[in-house]
Amino acid sequence: MRPDLFHALQAKRASRRRSIDQWFRRLGLFLTLTTLGILGILLLNLAMNGLARIDWNFLSSFPSRRAGEAGVLSAWVGTLLLMMVTAGAAIPFGLAAGIYLEEYAPKNRWTDFVEINIANLAGVPSILYGLMALGLFVYQFQFGQSVLAGGLALACLVLPIVIVATREALRTIPSSIREAAFALGATRWQAVWHHLLPYSTGGIATGVILAMSRAIGESAPLITIGALTFIAFLPPAPWVDHVPFVSFDWLFSPFTALPIQMFNWVSRPGEEFQANAAAAGLILMVITLSMNAAAILLRRRAQRNITW
Amino acid sequence: MKVIFQGCFGAIGVAFGLSCAVGFAEGVVKIDGSSTVYPITEGAAEDFQKETGTKVTVGISGTGGGFKKFTRGETDVQNASRPILESELKAAKESGIEYIELPIAYDALTVVVNAKNDWVDTIRVSELKKIWEPAAQGKIVKWNQIRPEWPDKVIKLYGAGSDSGTFDYFTEAINGKSKASRGDYTASEDDNVLVQGVEGDKYALGYMGFAYYVAHQKRLKALAVEWDDKKGAAVRPSEQTVLTGSYNPLSRPLFLYVNLKSLEKPEVMKFVEFYLAHVETLAQEVKYIPLPSSAYEKVRDRFKKKKKGTAFAGHGDMAVPIDEILSRPLVP
Repeated sequence: MRPDLFHALQAKRASRRRSIDQWFRRLGLFLTLTTLGILGILLLNLAMNGLARIDWNFLSSFPSRRAGEAGVLSAWVGTLLLMMVTAGAAIPFGLAAGIYLEEYAPKNRWTDFVEINIANLAGVPSILYGLMALGLFVYQFQFGQSVLAGGLALACLVLPIVIVATREALRTIPSSIREAAFALGATRWQAVWHHLLPYSTGGIATGVILAMSRAIGESAPLITIGALTFIAFLPPAPWVDHVPFVSFDWLFSPFTALPIQMFNWVSRPGEEFQANAAAAGLILMVITLSMNAAAILLRRRAQRNITW
Repeated sequence: MKVIFQGCFGAIGVAFGLSCAVGFAEGVVKIDGSSTVYPITEGAAEDFQKETGTKVTVGISGTGGGFKKFTRGETDVQNASRPILESELKAAKESGIEYIELPIAYDALTVVVNAKNDWVDTIRVSELKKIWEPAAQGKIVKWNQIRPEWPDKVIKLYGAGSDSGTFDYFTEAINGKSKASRGDYTASEDDNVLVQGVEGDKYALGYMGFAYYVAHQKRLKALAVEWDDKKGAAVRPSEQTVLTGSYNPLSRPLFLYVNLKSLEKPEVMKFVEFYLAHVETLAQEVKYIPLPSSAYEKVRDRFKKKKKGTAFAGHGDMAVPIDEILSRPLVP
């Protein structure tokens, strides 16, 4: 082939490749902006409908049949307590399962089977977790329709997400790190605890954020286990003035949560309750975003000290 | 990181170690059941708690879901948008639950069309059946198929979702069998969705609870309903027509069921007394139709004498005037 022809052909190919690259860049940008736009419109809509309703009274009042007097005190406290139980159960169990499956378990048909099932569990409709929790936690373990039962139901719901995220995070760590640790005589546990876990904090934290964000918006499993809609008192405080100074009675207290309150208000007749629902939605968003921000901050701090 | 992990594990250990045996059973009045009755009960619970400080909780598991808990003795009071059914009576008997049945208000299912609809004002029960019966699915799709003089336009249908008591009652009253309905319509458990649908479509027809119609009556038109054998006697839903029993078959009573054993707890006794003393104004406030004052007196008397049992013997025939409901013999 003549060299000038060859160069011309090459230049043509290169320009085509570049134009594909450019096109993808534009497409990606467009889709990203669309996604952000949808989120923006959603937030704007919520804010327009609900912002006027949010004040100290709304945050510090119990539900009421009068839309103007109704508030979300029992709902946001319930949501926070639920999230504490959910995080307290889902994070340690999910981490332990993820670490075991990725670092300890032999690779055979049995573990393949378990792996596929965990992935499938992540897609099971949430109401089924509610039914399971009703049978197991509410009746079998006699936890009743309590914060504990609700939190554990949500923990089961998000456990697969935490497990999968943990495994993915561990998998991204180069095996040279493990080998180096073993070469120096570390046990598997030491390798996990001193090296693998700290290095994978970022991935795990992301998984936990996703899991919690899913759990906080769920209402179906909570309604199934019998969470309440009208409750005008708060669970007992977690601290008391006598030994041992902490109390876990709140775990067994009846509760409501923000998504349930929203669900109820959305289905009420009249415009005023719709504003309440939007306002409760905004508060839910704020709680979710601040939870995420806290997790990102934590992740940053954990990663600061890592040098490979 | 380490601290966080240890904190998590520690917290769980302590939680289970310290408080596994603790229950939460101090004087709380527990109520669950129908979401239709919920607004009235919410009002009673709110005011009662403000006045006495006694804790009251109300859930919305639906009438069926609530009865499951009630017949197991888990709740003190049950909100119901239909009478107790035979299977539920059996469950109650098995767990030794006795109850008092208290009618507390009326709800009128309202057939609505768009405010711009100028060709229909009254509709016959047989026409409603023609529209909504299972056999209509895919066949009755235009207005002029129902009455020839109505426009040759596609009719858009909006109705209750199959999990709601409204659906059970409407299908029972119109199609003669509970849950028998065509399926090709826009269904929602949330009546506000139905309101929006009918508001936005000139050729729409739907049914919903009276309270939802009242809240949007500027943009909706409620149809008068007439029996085929009583031509010219079409009745529009209103407080009067419901109370006299003339708005039928689409008006239904709402009930409170009280566990007889729970009345040994003074807070439950006081709550129901409070409820019955204030239900008339509460029902009006949330746009339901209260019973006549004389009926409330009978209901209060029934409660005072702790007359147990149901007036419906496990069947759901509810399109009866309130006086008849209250004078029927009660069977356990």
